[in-house]
Amino acid sequence: MSRIELKHIDKFYGSNHVLRDINLTIEDGDFMTLLGPSGCGKTTTLRVVSGLEKPQNGIMTIDGVEMINADDAYYAEPSKRGLNLVFQSYALWPHMTVYDNIAFGLKIQKMDKAEIDRRVMDSLRMMRIDMYKDRYPTELSGGQQQRVAIARAVASSPKLLLLDEPLSNLDAKLRIDMRAELQRLHKELGTTIIYVTHDQTEALTMSTKIALFKAGELNQVATPMELYNNPIDLEAADFIGNPRINLIPGKAEMKNGQLVVKSELGAHTFGAEFLTDEEKPASGEFDCVLACRPEQITISREPVEGALPVTVYANQPAGSETIVTLKAGEEEFLVKELGQVHYDLDQKVWAIIDQNKINVYNKETTRLIKRAV
Amino acid sequence: MSKKDLPRKPLTKKRLKNLILNVVKNPFNMIVLVSLIVLFCLIVIPLLTMIKSTFTMAQSELRRNPGATIGQFTLYYWKYMIASNMSKAVLWEPLLNSLFCGAMTTLISVPLGSVLAWLMIRTDIPGKKVLGLLVTIPYMIPSWTKALAWLAVFRNSTSGANGFLAGMGIPIPDWLAYGPIAIVLCMSMHYYAFSYIQVSGALRSINSELEEMGEIQGANKAQILRHITLPLIMPSVLSALVMTVSKSIGTYGVAANLGNRIGYYTLATKMRVFIDQGPRGVGYAMSIVLVGMAALILMGNQRIIGVRKSYATVGGKGGRSTLMPLGKAKKPMMLFLFVFLFLAMVMPFFVLIMETFQITTGAGYGLDNLTLYNWIGTPDKAVKYTNYPGIFRHDEFWSAMWNTVRLSLIASIITAFCGQFLGYISSRGRGKWYGNLTEQLVFVPYLMSGVAFSTMYFSMFSRPHLGGLIPSLYGTFTLIILTSVVKHFPFASRSGTANMLSISVELEEAADIAGASFWKRMSSIIIPLAKNGFISGFMLVFISIAKELDLIIIMMTPTTRTLSFLAFTYSQEGYNQMSDAISVVVLFYILLCYIAANKIGGADISKSW
Repeated sequence: MSRIELKHIDKFYGSNHVLRDINLTIEDGDFMTLLGPSGCGKTTTLRVVSGLEKPQNGIMTIDGVEMINADDAYYAEPSKRGLNLVFQSYALWPHMTVYDNIAFGLKIQKMDKAEIDRRVMDSLRMMRIDMYKDRYPTELSGGQQQRVAIARAVASSPKLLLLDEPLSNLDAKLRIDMRAELQRLHKELGTTIIYVTHDQTEALTMSTKIALFKAGELNQVATPMELYNNPIDLEAADFIGNPRINLIPGKAEMKNGQLVVKSELGAHTFGAEFLTDEEKPASGEFDCVLACRPEQITISREPVEGALPVTVYANQPAGSETIVTLKAGEEEFLVKELGQVHYDLDQKVWAIIDQNKINVYNKETTRLIKRAV
Repeated sequence: MSKKDLPRKPLTKKRLKNLILNVVKNPFNMIVLVSLIVLFCLIVIPLLTMIKSTFTMAQSELRRNPGATIGQFTLYYWKYMIASNMSKAVLWEPLLNSLFCGAMTTLISVPLGSVLAWLMIRTDIPGKKVLGLLVTIPYMIPSWTKALAWLAVFRNSTSGANGFLAGMGIPIPDWLAYGPIAIVLCMSMHYYAFSYIQVSGALRSINSELEEMGEIQGANKAQILRHITLPLIMPSVLSALVMTVSKSIGTYGVAANLGNRIGYYTLATKMRVFIDQGPRGVGYAMSIVLVGMAALILMGNQRIIGVRKSYATVGGKGGRSTLMPLGKAKKPMMLFLFVFLFLAMVMPFFVLIMETFQITTGAGYGLDNLTLYNWIGTPDKAVKYTNYPGIFRHDEFWSAMWNTVRLSLIASIITAFCGQFLGYISSRGRGKWYGNLTEQLVFVPYLMSGVAFSTMYFSMFSRPHLGGLIPSLYGTFTLIILTSVVKHFPFASRSGTANMLSISVELEEAADIAGASFWKRMSSIIIPLAKNGFISGFMLVFISIAKELDLIIIMMTPTTRTLSFLAFTYSQEGYNQMSDAISVVVLFYILLCYIAANKIGGADISKSW
């Protein structure tokens, strides 16, 4: 259990600036996910926290204790930081049995034999792999190796558990099982967890908080639902959500403190209470982008007051849900309906869009200027 | 923002203390430091010393340079070599000979090796397992043994005793028995193995899906070969080509055995004449020429291949390869292989072995001409006048045997150990300055032919340094070991690097996080995992040192002689049968070691050069 604070972390590989002024606080007991496409610096951040990388700039504290102070060239050793790490490749020592892999770190801490045995068996049982304790890693399946890697990391009861894309080498079914497993683990241990992934579903389903990375910078830190409902910029909006969010160009203008927006979705007026303090022109018309999640739109076969008349462009039933492509004027957008629904192509229908659920972005700065509620 | 734009951090006392602690507290840094210093002393300083000695007046040359003082700067040696009335005989002719032999050898051995590789890997030629082994055996045989085998077949009366063919009454002219043709053919029979090993490695790693894709696109077999397979293996062919050129230009043993008796000298053999008989400075200058040539060739290679050096042909996925049916060509190809094997291996070695039982070479295999004298005879029972008893009764032989075993064992243990160590540094320092520096320093001995390299060490250690701190190692066994160790650094550290790269850094990092110190990580993670690679690396160095002649020939003294040197001396003295007998012993020694290495350590000859 610990609180981690990163302040102004900069990391260079040669002249390559991979982490740019990272400021991040991870509260005690958080399940913090570092999310972003590959090469955005999330794994590097994790390695900085673990002590395997030394940043050229910045300060890091764990529970108020300074672990990194680049100004003083001070970097605490990884083993002195009270954490443990699960590697993407698992990094199981191939010449040791499962038992020895887990006991290795405990032996180094010079624990007595009975205690080591108890801890190893506890963590093996928790991951439900105690029957494999005498096997070598190569004799296990990917999912079992994964469990050994986690068991090894938790056996030393770290205050902070770091996980680097631990599920990326597993097949789809195992991944869902392991997600549940990890969620339970977090609850049972109460440990602070930092979890790196490029998979938004993993991030949204498991975390208490998500830090979204973009080209070496922190783009947004928020709870999963806040990140989903109000992505801070167009890139974040586009990255999160499946099927992807509908982005429709429009024109906006500030009038009497209210935002008036016109687009193929019709005209909307948003009250000041929904607006963010992001930069936008105080007067005059400017380009904007409206964003709306496919599941926030409903389709009516009959005309409805305030609904948008549209035609059906395509219809993709997938069993549990149906993705419908609608066309309003020149703009196409997706709608997700639960269950199996059928529309004829070019059928005329009405789209009901809750304007509270619409995000508006300033096209020039790409930043969010109107929040969804 | 680039790194340089970061505000410079003030150098506080605390920062300085931590900066120093960060470096000193990490044993890895200390190890890198020590290794770099050692490499510098073993490679850079000897090279500089040798270069310097070509510009420094030595005592032995005073009489030819009246008025000069010892140690004075001089261009005498270089002038003597390049611009004197001697220089044609000293430099230009041997240089031309070297280049000619090198070029011809390359011209024969690269296509030969590549075609053999293609036959063995890509076609459905029968009996691959046996053939594959037979094809690699010539590489295990020292190249100077091949020269002896050549002599056993082609020797004529010019060198006193007839060979097999001359004995059958076939007149063998000197130009066939000795000189460039003999040298080129012998070296080709040795160095084709480079191309064979390189190209077969590349062919093996090509996923046949790449070729099948070509087939789907409608290409015929010739087009596939030309546009897909060949470009993919081109980097390997080129690198084999470069290796062959640079190695064959500097080869000593073959050229000396086959050239010296008719006064045909290459750069390497001429150089030894100067080292032995003086002026030594000229010999050193010639070895610098050799090093320079090797460096030029390699640089040219890098320019040509450059970034394309390696295609990532190993996808980790496809190991499946479909074989090309030879169809009607199968029989001619088999015939080609058998003729090749017969001429390159069976016949010369049959003749070589038989010669060890002959009283008079070239006089046929009649019972009256057969004897065990060369192996176990005593001088009083000799049919012909000789000073020497059979080799097994000769102290010289046993002393040389002991030296060979001792040298190959000690040197290869040290080399293999250093190789893993250097490999660790270069693999963990990939892309960092110290990793690159290590890799480059370690590579320098590769540039030098064996004779040039030992010349360098000879010049460096023939007198004491640092006021006696490094004593004169002239004529000592230690110097031979040291030379063998450093010369094999490139190869050993290559295998070490490959070995260390196969141990993921994350395995170490996981131990680091678990709290294991550097030494603990070494002892419980790295060493156990590196063990197998170490054993196979050790065995391969062992074989290479056991067959070495070029490298140690100029350092030989009567007490430090090895088997290869003894065989060479006997051959020069005209004791052909005993020389042959010794090479047969060396052959068996190497084959036995290789079989042991293969069985115990899983060593694979295809990873060695």
